[in-house]
Amino acid sequence: MNSIWTIAKKEIKTYFSSPIAYAVMFVFSALVGFFFYSIMWWFNSQAMQLAQNPAYYQQLNINQQVYSPLFGNMSIILLLMLPLLTMRLFSEEKKSGTVELLYTSPLSVWQIILGKYLASLIVLLAMLGLTGLLSIFTFAYGNPELTPLLAGYLGLFLMGAAFIAVGIFFSSLTENQIVSALLTFGTLLLFWVLNWASSAAGGIAKSVLDYLSVFQHLEDFTKGIVDTTHLVYYLSFVFLGLFLTHSVIQSRRWR
Amino acid sequence: MIEVAGLTKKYGDLLAVKDLSFKVDKGKIWGLLGPNAAGKTTTMRILTGYLPATDGKAVVAGYDVFEQPNDVKRIIGYLPEVVPLYPEMTVVDYLKFVAEIKQVPAAKKKAAVDKAVKSAALESVKGRLIKNISKGFKQRVGIAQALIHDPQVLILDEPTIGLDPAQIIEIRELIKSLKGEHTIMLSTHILAEITQICDGATIINEGKLMASGTLDEIAASVKVREGAVLKLRKGGEEAAALMRRVAGVEKVGRSDKEYTVEWSKGQDPREDLVRLAVDKGWGLLEMRSLAMNIEDLYLKIVSGGTAQ
Repeated sequence: MNSIWTIAKKEIKTYFSSPIAYAVMFVFSALVGFFFYSIMWWFNSQAMQLAQNPAYYQQLNINQQVYSPLFGNMSIILLLMLPLLTMRLFSEEKKSGTVELLYTSPLSVWQIILGKYLASLIVLLAMLGLTGLLSIFTFAYGNPELTPLLAGYLGLFLMGAAFIAVGIFFSSLTENQIVSALLTFGTLLLFWVLNWASSAAGGIAKSVLDYLSVFQHLEDFTKGIVDTTHLVYYLSFVFLGLFLTHSVIQSRRWR
Repeated sequence: MIEVAGLTKKYGDLLAVKDLSFKVDKGKIWGLLGPNAAGKTTTMRILTGYLPATDGKAVVAGYDVFEQPNDVKRIIGYLPEVVPLYPEMTVVDYLKFVAEIKQVPAAKKKAAVDKAVKSAALESVKGRLIKNISKGFKQRVGIAQALIHDPQVLILDEPTIGLDPAQIIEIRELIKSLKGEHTIMLSTHILAEITQICDGATIINEGKLMASGTLDEIAASVKVREGAVLKLRKGGEEAAALMRRVAGVEKVGRSDKEYTVEWSKGQDPREDLVRLAVDKGWGLLEMRSLAMNIEDLYLKIVSGGTAQ
């Protein structure tokens, strides 16, 4: 555990001593802020229009009409940005030769992988945490429910964790950071597109595609539902990514 | 301290190291010598547990590199050919990180870092970012990193490569000062390094063992020819031809007035040569023995044929 934390600490320091973490956090917050603003603006105008009609006014729900679409937008931004966060994890060390230091120290491959994974999770938490500040406004001027909000954030975090696991896997494959980011991005995009394909398909194919789609599983979370099926899905995604990373590193060393 | 037996490493079809065996005693500075692509780095990577061997056995301080890799990694300090540095870290932060991954106990960490900084003479740059220090200092940080957990065995892959002459001397002095406490193995393709700081060497070429032992042992193991250079006022090709006929002489080379005569070890036709020169009236101006230096020895070994 200590060794995992040593690696994680080093990775976090690297993220924050270079512009990467700041750039990712800045762009992410700015985009989410923009989406929040425009959705909020639309919601406000709806509220104004419906204020005359109490029956409709009752149906306005800030969780459903602001946070649900916002979480949907955030998930796409995460898809675009997390590959940039994970691309350097192994690629950079391979290119600069520092892997030789890591692999000749008495650390297990799992400790190295988990340390790096943990560091990226912490940056993801910071990214999501920053957007939490936006909710100060909704709580100050509105009455959103906290539980579905937290469920949405949990969903985003789990989805991000799955993305990072994919990213770390591709980073272990190549010493080129661009290639690593591209492969991660392509794979995640494919899982996104599965969502569209499923609406065209029918029968078993549809349920399989639905099950595989990363975003299908997020939907319930954004509605405030924490279902163990989705938890299991994301956690197995994470496990598979990390397991493949481990296999890649082991096999490279034994070739 | 280090024992290698029958070590073989293949990269696909490429045979990098072939049936390599040698031994390094405790407390020695040992050179691993060979031209580029001889298999030096591969051998060191196997010893440090970075790469597995295809076949054979390597034992460091009683631990088998393949059976007990973590025990070996704990007692080896390793400077790879490309110094593994994180440019965004300061020297001290980097050394702290290495101390942690090498599992130096937390209580001893600060002392370990201080000691490494001191022995690699890094005091003047310890607070600076690694990317901003000179190549010579980077190399020193690499050595400090290898020393941090006070390893019994130090493995240094080309520790002086790419440095200027003054820095090379500094690094060599540093390595010499570490002798005794640590068993040191360093690779190089520079001969002077071996003669100046090593107690012995293992010479490899194309992955194969050419010679191993102390420098005297290596010299003795090679079938060395002795020779002399004669300087004559006149004589020409005729003199060279006549000298070739003297008993024991194997080879005569001529460049202008100088004649290089070589014979097998044990023979000594020098007196006959002088007598011949005087009889023929060639005007013997000078005769000096042809010294066989380590460079000739090395070339001879590496070019093959004459190995033990």
